[in-house]
Amino acid sequence: MSLASLSDDFFGLFNYWVVIVLMMIGFYTVISHDNLVKKLIGLNLFQTAVFVFYISMGKITGSTAPILMDGPAGEDALYAHPLPHVLILTAIVVGVATTALGLALVVRINEAYGSIEEDDVLAADFETQASESEDEARRSERAQARQQREEARDEHDDGERDERTPEQREAADERREPSS
Amino acid sequence: MITQFLEQLPALVIVLPLMAAPVCVLLHRATLAWLVYLITAWACFAIAFLLFVQVKVGGPISYAMGGWPPPFGIELRLDALNVVVLLLVTGIGALCSVYAKASVAVEIARERVYLFYAALLLCLCGLAGITVTGDAFNLFVFLEISSLASYGLIAMGTKRRALLSAFQYLIMGTIGGTFLLIGIGFLYMMTGSLNMADIAQRLPAVAHTRTVEAGLAFIVVGASLKFALFPLHVWLPNAYTFAPSTASVFIAATSTKVALYALIRFLFTVFGAAYAFDRLPLGEVLIVLSVAAMLSASLAAIFQTDVKRLLAWSSIAQIGYIVMGFALASPAGITASVAHIVNHGIIKGALFMAAGALFWRMRSVSLNDIAGLGRSMPWTSAAFVVAGLSLVGVPATGGFISKWLLLEAVIAPGRYWLAAAILVSSLLALIYIWRVVEALYFRAAPEGRVALGEAPLSMRLATWTLVLANIALGIYATPLVQAAERAATSLLGSGA
Amino acid sequence: MNETWLAWLVAFPALMSVAVAACGRWPNLRETVSVATAVLLFAGIAWLGGPVVDGARPSVTLLEVLPGIGLTFTLEPLGLLFALVASGLWSLTTIYAAGYMRGNAEHAQTRFFVFFALAISAAIGIAFAGNLVTLFIFYEMLTLSTYPLVTHHGDTESRNGGRVYLGILLTTSIGFFLPAIVITYLVSGSVTFTDGGLFADAGLGVLGAGALYMLFLYGTGKAALMPFHRWLPAAMVAPTPVSALLHAVAVVKAGVFIVLKLSVYVFGVDYLAATGASVPMMWVATITVLGASLIAMTRDNLKARLAYSTVSQLSYIVLGATMASKLGILGGGMHIAMHAFAKITLFFCAGAIYTATHRKHVSELDGLGYAMPITFSAFFIASVSLAGIPPMGGIWSKWYLMEGAADGGHNAIILVLAISSLLNIVYLLEIPTRAFFYNPRPDTPRHWQEAPLACVIPLSITAAASIVWFLYPLPFLQLLAPWAPQ
Repeated sequence: MSLASLSDDFFGLFNYWVVIVLMMIGFYTVISHDNLVKKLIGLNLFQTAVFVFYISMGKITGSTAPILMDGPAGEDALYAHPLPHVLILTAIVVGVATTALGLALVVRINEAYGSIEEDDVLAADFETQASESEDEARRSERAQARQQREEARDEHDDGERDERTPEQREAADERREPSS
Repeated sequence: MITQFLEQLPALVIVLPLMAAPVCVLLHRATLAWLVYLITAWACFAIAFLLFVQVKVGGPISYAMGGWPPPFGIELRLDALNVVVLLLVTGIGALCSVYAKASVAVEIARERVYLFYAALLLCLCGLAGITVTGDAFNLFVFLEISSLASYGLIAMGTKRRALLSAFQYLIMGTIGGTFLLIGIGFLYMMTGSLNMADIAQRLPAVAHTRTVEAGLAFIVVGASLKFALFPLHVWLPNAYTFAPSTASVFIAATSTKVALYALIRFLFTVFGAAYAFDRLPLGEVLIVLSVAAMLSASLAAIFQTDVKRLLAWSSIAQIGYIVMGFALASPAGITASVAHIVNHGIIKGALFMAAGALFWRMRSVSLNDIAGLGRSMPWTSAAFVVAGLSLVGVPATGGFISKWLLLEAVIAPGRYWLAAAILVSSLLALIYIWRVVEALYFRAAPEGRVALGEAPLSMRLATWTLVLANIALGIYATPLVQAAERAATSLLGSGA
Repeated sequence: MNETWLAWLVAFPALMSVAVAACGRWPNLRETVSVATAVLLFAGIAWLGGPVVDGARPSVTLLEVLPGIGLTFTLEPLGLLFALVASGLWSLTTIYAAGYMRGNAEHAQTRFFVFFALAISAAIGIAFAGNLVTLFIFYEMLTLSTYPLVTHHGDTESRNGGRVYLGILLTTSIGFFLPAIVITYLVSGSVTFTDGGLFADAGLGVLGAGALYMLFLYGTGKAALMPFHRWLPAAMVAPTPVSALLHAVAVVKAGVFIVLKLSVYVFGVDYLAATGASVPMMWVATITVLGASLIAMTRDNLKARLAYSTVSQLSYIVLGATMASKLGILGGGMHIAMHAFAKITLFFCAGAIYTATHRKHVSELDGLGYAMPITFSAFFIASVSLAGIPPMGGIWSKWYLMEGAADGGHNAIILVLAISSLLNIVYLLEIPTRAFFYNPRPDTPRHWQEAPLACVIPLSITAAASIVWFLYPLPFLQLLAPWAPQ
């Protein structure tokens, strides 16, 4: 690998490197931090990286801002591609809305749990879930026991359930051998 | 005049809910907001039906937004595939309007009901937008609109766990949407266009580049996050469980289906089946993941004690069926996929409606709390049984038709192990459905409960409309199957 | 062809079930409606289905379920036989059920009779089905409509029995039958029942045909082939009239009817003979015949013994189908009727014994014959018929089965049939023997204590029928003329 191709690959494409670095920082922040606000910040970084990606895509070497100029300078001018800029404006709005909604949720979570650390919130949730499952398990046990008590009183012409007393069963077993 | 009006229909189906949402906010009163939602949703359904007829009779419709011709302007394009999905989305939205009045009254504080309907309208707008658009970036925008609205809807759930569920869904959903954006960016870079049909034309010239392959990968992963393909499904159970009942119905029946539609659109129309499935082993990867989804999610559903969570896991499994269908990349496979998109939307809608009716009465849907309701809530319980049997694939229901088509698609090329996986997961579905049925009918009511009575008529009406639609689609499935076949032909015929 | 009366006959019991539900508060009216429906159904089938004997094949397609596959009803001799047996015995079972339910003060009687009607509707739908998909629809409908009957008591035991029932039947049907239908459709391009079968020039090899046949037969869980027979004894949790319906009239008969129909109209007798595709299942049926008989001998609970006897007898009919000979089909078809009458008598008797004396076990029946002579005489007649001994009708079906075995060169089967007759004698005739010839226990009644009249009359009628069929088997031979010797 010659120095020239290295510099081409690195410096020539540095906007993509920026994008990658930003994206990974953002993604890592989302995954590793517990603080909900920090997660949102990471998400924003992640989205910003994509914005940079699009915008840098639109730049043409030697071009100027895509605003029409009158006169002879305007006819020969090279303009940067306006479409990516427009797309990113839309995407930024989406990002803003997402962040706003996320922050609103964080405020509500703080009100409900008293904390914005995901660990604490999850711990509280697990506690609730554990106690709920225990409740449910106990209730189903009690319901089953009650149902079995009620059914023991029924007698039906069904199933293989043997309702005879042990003496009757013994007598029957004896009589399975022919006795006449 | 009429023709001019009819020409604007594709745009109207997006614009109507979009405009109705702020009207809801301005009106503030709960009943008025509901009325606005009712009128808008049914209007959208009527529009979708008209569009369906138009496309069936006259072929694909193309609508240039603002009069700007594609590929410069945003194009709305309706063909055999998305009119079916649009019908499903607007149909569920319309039935939710009937269902919501009673359901929302018990779950959301009266002074915030108008916000709920506003968010629901925005969600409907977003989903309709994804369905009708023919522009890739536009799809991303509408996807984010519908997702943001869903995060808000879920956060309105009664328990505080809804907040964290919505937050986690927000994080994962935004990452998914951003991945999709990156993928679209790559495609734009290489082809210079955002219009799907235009990209499809320009792509073959640059298809060999790594950029385009990376773009495909990002789009697949981003969409998979949105429709909860295993193993990116982690957000779904909590989100469906803790959302308000009406929101669960709407989101479960539509949003994942629309995300699946988006992926199908990208794979077959933009990239083309030959590129996506022949050059890259995408089909095999998706099939493996779909089998994993079907089996593991069905198993997880068996151990749930909360009916809504059980249904959420069941959804993840059913999405596996749909993915397997189009991952086969054959006409029979795509037909099965499209048919199951419709059938599953109807089935899950009915099941979540029944669960919501049980919640309305009992304020809880754990198996202990719904024990013995088979007697006091016969209509709701019967609806659950029928819809559940449809999930299993009992004949004379829509689920059977989907199973039949999928088995045809899988057995014809001789992939018997896939057929076995489909049948095993159907039988697992039987187990978890029957757990709920037994809780409803075989367990005695808990002590201290007064026999209370059925759910309101509006909720029962909406539920049974879906159940009867399901049965109708099971007995007379030919129209649906033919529509799905038309969709499959149009997808495989176009594309490079 | 536009014979919509076929569809009306199928729908008739289901429509009348609404009337039954409406009459819930007036039990006598409700029972009258049920019986009247049954009688009208039988008359309708007998009268409108008459031309089938002369070779007519009325058919109607209601709507297209899938492109190219319709909801089709086609009437042919086997279906007519099954429909007549089912509808004919339904009226008797309803009368018996009325007596039994009232005699035991059972709850939810209206629900019982409503689902009875729905089950019969499904059975007639199976009998009239013109293609595999229609058959499958009504097959599952039969499973689902009999589930509330099986779990009628609503307690934990019936829930568990219902789980086994539903579990095995739905697993086999969805797991085996459904893929078999799809494979048939893909291989032969059709699912319609056709004379001579669908695979004549379809290119399905010997191994493929054998595997597909096995898939179909194991997919028909209602035929109770081992090892998927467990649902039958599990369904004993049902009240006895349901067992009579299940084990004699509708459910198991539907299963073996489907086996016969598959062998004749999907595979074709000649195709089966040529490829030997049915031979593995013939051995499975043989194992079931002998195995179930041996298990029956060890069971003391009367209904359990009768359940395993049913498993064994059903495989007679399966044998008839798998022998790949026309006489086998004839024998199998006749046995559908003969076994129906005999088994329903046995179950009626078991229920009568329970209603009158609350006894469920064979060892308790010593000397009971003097208190319940009619019941045990009927039991005796039915047992003899099942064992295949003259002068009861069962001899005819066994005769033709043996002839069919000889025809197909399966001489071992003749031996198996003979051995199973002996086993039948042992475990069935033990009961009337005990009742009449053993010393009674001290608490056994010695004076007349028969079951209610509503129970005794039906069982006498069905027992008498077994004798009549011996003397007059002509109707069956006429019905099954395509397979009868010329």
